[in-house]
Amino acid sequence: MVAAFDEMKGHNDGVRPPYAELSRWLQEVPPNVLDYRRREAELLFRRIGITFAVYTEGDADAQERLIPFDVIPRIISSAEWRVLEKGLTQRVKALNLFLKDVYSAREILRAGVVPDDLVFRNPAFRPEMSGQSVPHDIYVHIAGIDVVRVDAETFYVLEDNVRTPSGVSYMLENREIMMRLFPELFSRHRIAPVEDYPDELLAALKSVAPHSAVREPSVVLLTPGVFNSAYYEHSFLADKLGVELVEGRDLLVKNEIVYMRTTQGLRRVDVIYRRIDDEFIDPLTFRPDSVLGVAGLMSAYQAGNVTLANAVGTGIADDKAVYSFMPAIVKFYLGEEPILKNVPTWRCREPEHLAYVLDHLHELVVKEVHGSGGYGMLIGPTASKIAIEQFRAKLKTAPKNFIAQPTLALSTCPTCVDEGVAPRHVDLRPFVLSGRDRTRIVPGGLTRVALKHGSLVVNSSQGGGTKDTWVLDG
Amino acid sequence: MLSRTADNLYWLSRYVERAEYLARILDATQRLSALPLAYVGTSNEWESAVATAGCSTAFFNLYDEANEENVTDFLAFSSANSSSIRSCFEMARSNARAVRTALTMEMWDAINGTWLELKRYGNGPTSREEFSRFLRWVQESSLRYDGSAYRTMLRNGAYWFSRLGVYLERADNTARILDVKYHLLLPEDERVGGPLDYFQWAAILRSVSALTAYHWVYRESLKPWLVADLLILKEEMPRSLASCYEAIVRNLDQVASAYGRQGPAQRQARGIRTRLQNSRMDGIFQRGLHEYIGEFITENNRLGAAITEQFLI
Repeated sequence: MVAAFDEMKGHNDGVRPPYAELSRWLQEVPPNVLDYRRREAELLFRRIGITFAVYTEGDADAQERLIPFDVIPRIISSAEWRVLEKGLTQRVKALNLFLKDVYSAREILRAGVVPDDLVFRNPAFRPEMSGQSVPHDIYVHIAGIDVVRVDAETFYVLEDNVRTPSGVSYMLENREIMMRLFPELFSRHRIAPVEDYPDELLAALKSVAPHSAVREPSVVLLTPGVFNSAYYEHSFLADKLGVELVEGRDLLVKNEIVYMRTTQGLRRVDVIYRRIDDEFIDPLTFRPDSVLGVAGLMSAYQAGNVTLANAVGTGIADDKAVYSFMPAIVKFYLGEEPILKNVPTWRCREPEHLAYVLDHLHELVVKEVHGSGGYGMLIGPTASKIAIEQFRAKLKTAPKNFIAQPTLALSTCPTCVDEGVAPRHVDLRPFVLSGRDRTRIVPGGLTRVALKHGSLVVNSSQGGGTKDTWVLDG
Repeated sequence: MLSRTADNLYWLSRYVERAEYLARILDATQRLSALPLAYVGTSNEWESAVATAGCSTAFFNLYDEANEENVTDFLAFSSANSSSIRSCFEMARSNARAVRTALTMEMWDAINGTWLELKRYGNGPTSREEFSRFLRWVQESSLRYDGSAYRTMLRNGAYWFSRLGVYLERADNTARILDVKYHLLLPEDERVGGPLDYFQWAAILRSVSALTAYHWVYRESLKPWLVADLLILKEEMPRSLASCYEAIVRNLDQVASAYGRQGPAQRQARGIRTRLQNSRMDGIFQRGLHEYIGEFITENNRLGAAITEQFLI
């Protein structure tokens, strides 16, 4: 594998301009200070209760771990950010148009740009949404698009995450903690703020209230409850938004209108920022065994009396095989060249692609089309011979379930590890908000870092950490 | 505000209050059991502590004998006891986590910090000194939580329901001490224990942090009927039944005025308060202290149920 592009040093041992001040600072600051701050940060996180749950088999006590936080920030110049911003806006626009089309006229299928069985036979496709309009034609109100960088110019979109993307609380808390721990380092930079994200989110959510909402729309955040791995984030966001954090049992539907149970009786709900997957939101329509959802919610939704953010059925666009068509999707709806690249993708459902993949397993990353969180994937270059052979068998039995991509040399960023400061691979998840009026992206996002030497897996469930992400002003 | 949120806040406060009360009972019991038998008689203080905590049945299902080791373990650290100090703090923290958005940062910090520190005590103390420190820490944690609530919360539903939890629990706790120790608090002409009971009275006062208050109010040495008077009827005594009901009525009135309507909970609370205000100690003794307290505990539970019915579900 070629040496990865380093965010600070580039391809050689220079210092890229956005990192000039940080690099100087890293040389000045005694190593024990970094280590001390690192432990201080951990204490703060634990004290505030910023935890997440990890699910591992046979380990019921695995609750409430901290995501490791790295105190060295990841820096993006304003010129780089402008490109990202444009590219993300374009991509989310196309995703919204695609979802509207898939659930109504289906022009893209008739034009043969996307094969129709990929849509209709997809488990994330929701027939209940066919012919159903959603308020203001917005499906993806919140997208957490994963972007990776391979050199000075090139960003790839790795995943679109248009169902219930998480991680934004870390973007906000990481910044707060960095400002507390390193006021001196901050004063040497001009860093675009991210703290207005909750305001932007609330504005976006209110802007998509159903047409029937007469007064100031009432917004709630629907969580599966305290046992969900992202519960901290749900409560954090509800608090910052100033909206009720509700569970399914707090809501009920009467005459196709959604209400919440309050100490003063029932109160109408207009917009639900839901952090529960489609299958669980309404036992009458989807999984009857779900106790997380609200009976009759879909009827209120279909009657146009409540907005769900994100809309039901967006998962189709998260499918990794559909992902591989994104460049064509952007061109089809917008008539523009995609600004952000897609990672070249082999769809194992197609025989010639499959043949190529089977021949090159040792150099490819193979992923499940419906998977997420870094589970169930094969990273060819680092996998053992046995693992590759086991995967080959899986691939042959159900080729449709897989796609493959070249192993990207994700960029690295200086990171505090046991041996001192060393480069580690990173990705970036900016959050894109679509309202009726406009698209909002706060400058920054969640940078995830693979803490193990050489590892490319940044997922928190697989031992990844996070960093504060700075977009420099000017 | 969501009914579930109000319910969680209400119980969160109850659990913290209960933990503090348990710590006070254990503290008072430890002192009593350290006295020579000639001062306290032969009664088993540890058994009495379990009774005062209201969990005798659960205790004897698990242990054969009420001794220091068993009772300390059961009331403070046992996970099998859903009302142990540990369980109270764990449930308080899990309630807090479920309604984080309704807590101020200070309250969350207090309860989450307590829960984190609880782990330090592992499965129990290694010495009496450590146990004393633990009991002090429990009381400090409760004070810190209560203080943060009092000083940082907005005065709205969230605050009123959390206060209601505190006062209902506190009234129940004070009434339970009186219920278990009533035989020590008989009127002058029926005194049974004599000077032997002095330390028992002191222990009762100590478990509701009223020993000093007693002297300020009565300026007398300990008299059992005055102890009863202080804990039942004196509104200026923060853990008395009268004081708890003054606060319960006040908080329910706030809710009623904010919501623009009265309900059964308000009416019941006012009824109980009026009865307390109209009671006098000689009348209570005439009817029987034990019966009076028994009725109060029932009424207090009924009010809890009415509050739940009206607001929390």
